[in-house]
Amino acid sequence: MKIGFYPGCSMKGGAREYQESVSALARVFDIELVEIPDWNCCGATAAHNLNKELSLSLPARIMALAEREGLTDIVVPCAACYNRLSLVQHELGADATLKSKVCSIIDLKYEGTTQILNIIQFIDKYITDKLEEKVVKPFNYNAACYYGCLLVRPHAILNFDRVEDPQSMDVLVTKAGGNAIDWAFKTECCGAGMSVSRTDTVARLSGEIMKDANDRKADFIIVACPMCHSNLDMRRPEINKYLGENITMPVLYISQVLGLAVGLDAKTLGLNRHMTEVIFPEKPVKAAADIPQKVVTTQKMEA
Amino acid sequence: MSASHENNHPLSQSGEIRIDTGVIINKCYQCGKCSAGCPVATEMDFPPSLVLRMLQTEEAVQMEKLLRSMSIWLCVSCEMCLTRCPMEIDIPTLMDYMRQKSVKAKKTNPKANKIIAFHKSFLDSINYTGRLYEMGLIVDYKMRTGAMMQDVAVAPKMFVKGKLNPIPEVIKGRKKVAAIFNRIHKEDKQ
Repeated sequence: MKIGFYPGCSMKGGAREYQESVSALARVFDIELVEIPDWNCCGATAAHNLNKELSLSLPARIMALAEREGLTDIVVPCAACYNRLSLVQHELGADATLKSKVCSIIDLKYEGTTQILNIIQFIDKYITDKLEEKVVKPFNYNAACYYGCLLVRPHAILNFDRVEDPQSMDVLVTKAGGNAIDWAFKTECCGAGMSVSRTDTVARLSGEIMKDANDRKADFIIVACPMCHSNLDMRRPEINKYLGENITMPVLYISQVLGLAVGLDAKTLGLNRHMTEVIFPEKPVKAAADIPQKVVTTQKMEA
Repeated sequence: MSASHENNHPLSQSGEIRIDTGVIINKCYQCGKCSAGCPVATEMDFPPSLVLRMLQTEEAVQMEKLLRSMSIWLCVSCEMCLTRCPMEIDIPTLMDYMRQKSVKAKKTNPKANKIIAFHKSFLDSINYTGRLYEMGLIVDYKMRTGAMMQDVAVAPKMFVKGKLNPIPEVIKGRKKVAAIFNRIHKEDKQ
């Protein structure tokens, strides 16, 4: 099975382990990810902050290239890229004049027919049904699933999961044998692209997220976005300084959690690349009474 | 896009915003949910609900304050305000609109220089290589801001972990991406 793949710039650099784990997971389920030929950067926050037309044109070129290649589905594991591509597809779909203007800027034909899938939609569409039978090493830990902003907002356009207390990642972690905990910071912002230009702001926002996960006895935070990952993982020294604590909780990508559960090894999944060392706690680490129990429904969430 | 009007009456501020962004600011009834949910409201000079109120006054002096504010640059585009707004007012789009207006009018707040420098370095990287080259971005940002020593401690560890590419990935269609930048810049100048 061939599916289009837009890795985005982070996955070629700072979030290399995200690409490694997504590719490894896809191989286990016989899915071939076809990278969009000669893809460019989506423009991210910089483009939509500074230049509206650029913020439309860069993602439009990516989707036009995918269309030219005949790719009907493209998986976009970076939540920020997923958000930009989806918003542009929506905006150009609603305004024919704007669409033809952007087509002339990018000098390519763009129809807007590609289906854009975030990492969880991709897993749900192609993997989830076969997941449980493939689990050989249950991920038997307390996991705080962190969705961040761009995977779920704005709901009116993305129409993905519940906007305040999303569940889709919790369901996947549960199927992988984990205990998805209830916590309060699932969709709070980590500080996103301010990591370099306002590190203090990121330390505060990411610090509050880490603190809540830690207070609720999570063993791991699970993410689906390279920016969330880099803020929670790479900015840990700044976070701990802000909190006045020493939180050592590792941050894993959802693809790494599922990969571990289906028996892939740590190196294939790139666990060695995280800045906050990935150490698996011995079990049981916490008294069962301390752990907030929750029932996760496996039914498909209402849109 | 620019404001236009069939008659020769000058457009109101809210009318101009509506034409340029599609956002109807007068729907806001000041419930304050945007400011309550905003992760950076505590750092802003004007929290989101106040931004809306200032725009509603239709006074040029209020718009002027906003274009020179830190609020527009501190906004992290997390979309929480829009999510919780009972009137579904697209505040993130308003923020983008005011940021671009502020840059064009050369009214950006000096305290936002680092944030803007980061964005500009980011776009330069795309313009030159077609993609974001992280190491190039950081060097370019340091040159713009003079923050030479920032994060030097973290770089070697990132390199060892395979997170920093010493050589940029340059796409084949680099010139086609650069042409996109050129077309847009030309249009902006007209």
